[in-house]
Amino acid sequence: MQLYRSHVLVCGGTGCTASKSDKIITEFETQLENSKIQDEVKVVLTGCFGLCAEGPIVVVYPEGSMYTMVTVEDVKEIVEEHLVKGRLVKRLLHGEDGDNSDKSLDSADFFKKQLRIALRNCGVINPESIEEYIAFDGYKALGKVLTEMKPQEVIDTIKDSGLRGRGGGGFPTGIKWDFAAKQQNDQKYVCCNADEGDPGAFMDRSILEGDPHCLIEAMAIAGYAIGANQGYVYVRAEYPIAVNRLKIAIEDAKKYGLLGKDILGTDFEFDLEIRLGAGAFVCGEETALMTSIEGYRGEPRPRPPFPAVKGLWQKPTILNNVETYANIPQIILKGAQWFSEIGTEKSKGTKVFAVGGKINNTGLVEIPMGTTLREVVYEIGGGIPNGKKYKAAQTGGPSGGCIPASHLDTPVDYDSLIQLGSMMGSGGLIVMDEDTCMVDIAKFFLEFTVDESCGKCPPCRIGTKRMFEILERITGGKGEEGDVEKLEILAKNIKASALCGLGQTAPNPVISTLTYFRDEYTAHVKDRKCPAGVCKSMMQYVISTEPCKNCGICARQCPVDAISGDKKTPYVIDQEKCVKCGICMEKCPFKAIFKNV
Amino acid sequence: MSTNNCCCCGQVDERDEKLQEIIKKHKETKGALIPVLHEAQELYGYLPIEVQKMVAEGLGVSLSEVYGVVTFYTQFSLNPKGKYKIQVCMGTACYVKGAGQILDKLKEKLGLDVDQCSEDGLFSLEACRCIGACGLAPVITVNEDVYGRIGPDDVEGIIKKYKE
Repeated sequence: MQLYRSHVLVCGGTGCTASKSDKIITEFETQLENSKIQDEVKVVLTGCFGLCAEGPIVVVYPEGSMYTMVTVEDVKEIVEEHLVKGRLVKRLLHGEDGDNSDKSLDSADFFKKQLRIALRNCGVINPESIEEYIAFDGYKALGKVLTEMKPQEVIDTIKDSGLRGRGGGGFPTGIKWDFAAKQQNDQKYVCCNADEGDPGAFMDRSILEGDPHCLIEAMAIAGYAIGANQGYVYVRAEYPIAVNRLKIAIEDAKKYGLLGKDILGTDFEFDLEIRLGAGAFVCGEETALMTSIEGYRGEPRPRPPFPAVKGLWQKPTILNNVETYANIPQIILKGAQWFSEIGTEKSKGTKVFAVGGKINNTGLVEIPMGTTLREVVYEIGGGIPNGKKYKAAQTGGPSGGCIPASHLDTPVDYDSLIQLGSMMGSGGLIVMDEDTCMVDIAKFFLEFTVDESCGKCPPCRIGTKRMFEILERITGGKGEEGDVEKLEILAKNIKASALCGLGQTAPNPVISTLTYFRDEYTAHVKDRKCPAGVCKSMMQYVISTEPCKNCGICARQCPVDAISGDKKTPYVIDQEKCVKCGICMEKCPFKAIFKNV
Repeated sequence: MSTNNCCCCGQVDERDEKLQEIIKKHKETKGALIPVLHEAQELYGYLPIEVQKMVAEGLGVSLSEVYGVVTFYTQFSLNPKGKYKIQVCMGTACYVKGAGQILDKLKEKLGLDVDQCSEDGLFSLEACRCIGACGLAPVITVNEDVYGRIGPDDVEGIIKKYKE
């Protein structure tokens, strides 16, 4: 095996690939050859490092220097300075103004508070190389369960670890496996939910892109534990890079005898197939997902019977999400006790969050359960850009809620989030600042649910639509007395009567914004005002006479002739005609036009 | 085939043959319908009723079942798409960072509404679900190209690139 003195790791996640990280790799190879050090330095394509805000990211080992926002043009300098002469390229280093020049990856604020279990190989190994995975203890856990453990021992280990489902529900994984294992049947299935539908959550994609073998290994372990020989990964078709790497990984695992018959010389047999989703949010619900794999419209079915009894093709089935599986090999190798010492009393281990929205360090972070929201937003996330004020963090996507500033010190775990009227969900965490209108956000999520409702049960099909109409009225400046109360009644009834999780949780964004930001609803309905200045119908463009030089540009640009005036009469906007396109404000050379909220 | 999609003429037969191969390949698989539709859409660009009929006959299921599945999933389209498919990510992260304004600008500049295709077949416009590039929000994609961290002012320049 050839040894290299330096390794250049280039992120090949979706975010960085979108910023041309593939071209950066090619350029590195060219430049290394130009400097004749191609035999000393190896360029590796890796999964996501997590700090997507500053991508494309390049890390050089052994120093652990992290270069951010690297362009193809920067590559030559990194090669000639860092790799040839040993001098860091300070202007590209992570950290403000390059002042963190001597800081390595692990000591950067963004990584300091993180604990990487599910993401441990992301940004470390080449996801398209099974050898690298094996070199990092890959398939060792599978070897251990097949040769040293009985299926029941595997289940007990998972139970004792306290691992709960990372897809949203938080159901104890070991108990789920136990149910399925106890079923007597000639055929059972292991499924993986990689249909990551929550807007703003992309940890499952990152694991598939950065460490696909980890999922294969974990599913094989699950197969051994419950007595299944066939697995399905249901993955979003919108994730082409992830699908491709998973395909490569499955092929390689088959070649190495880690999938298929007689795995690792035992009589254990397990095979894996990929099924592509087709863009239906409801297919993230377990029964709907199975109906979809069967080739039908992805409509949920009533439970019981639970999938562990009658799942895919009416056979006992377990379904876990990608992040849940990603924890399994480590739990097997390091033991249940190691895992259960991390986190809080009822939520063990870590959770990956996709932090986004109005925050400086957008990206993926993995933190021990019980870390406070404040630490996530201000320490790891680097705070809110442009000196704006934190208003809320939205977790749990369309099923979750908004957490206001007064609860920033809440330790994040399954139960505390539910108490606050939100939920863990799959781990999307969107930060909102003072410029976000909470009624508009509630409307945004309801629009999503209305669109994604499968239509099977009336509370969800009709109820969410009625809620959406009321929210549309309120944000449109036509809110009526009693609208807020109607929303509350509808929310309560839908929660109580919808068939599946999608419908039962659909009212949550409205309930939580009503709890914490009721004043904003009142402002919309009673005062016809949107305090954040987002809802167009309640906002007016006005011309201030002081800076206005009567040039007339605005009047000529206005697409609906709503502005009148001339050299002597001040220009005014006819609010009846104005369509609030904002062109006048954009074109005014004297900044004389303002938004009036 | 319907007569109004010029982009298909001449190749119709060849693609129909390929579709039969796809159906044959998947016929024995459990739950074959959705994988077949994925590949059929890749082949034709969309799923007109004629294609759905062929799939139904090939797999031995009713046309209503095929149509039911096609209309249930947003990935499947009954209408042709443009040569350049513009998608605006409407995930939460993009939305709070102004994806709505970018969509408005695209509508204005292209003269299209969401899910419409321009008359010359060059552009189609879609508002899509989160593509998971939240670190780059707001994001639009034009076919395989991704544009991140953009504002409404960048829209015109992006469209121009594809007109030439």
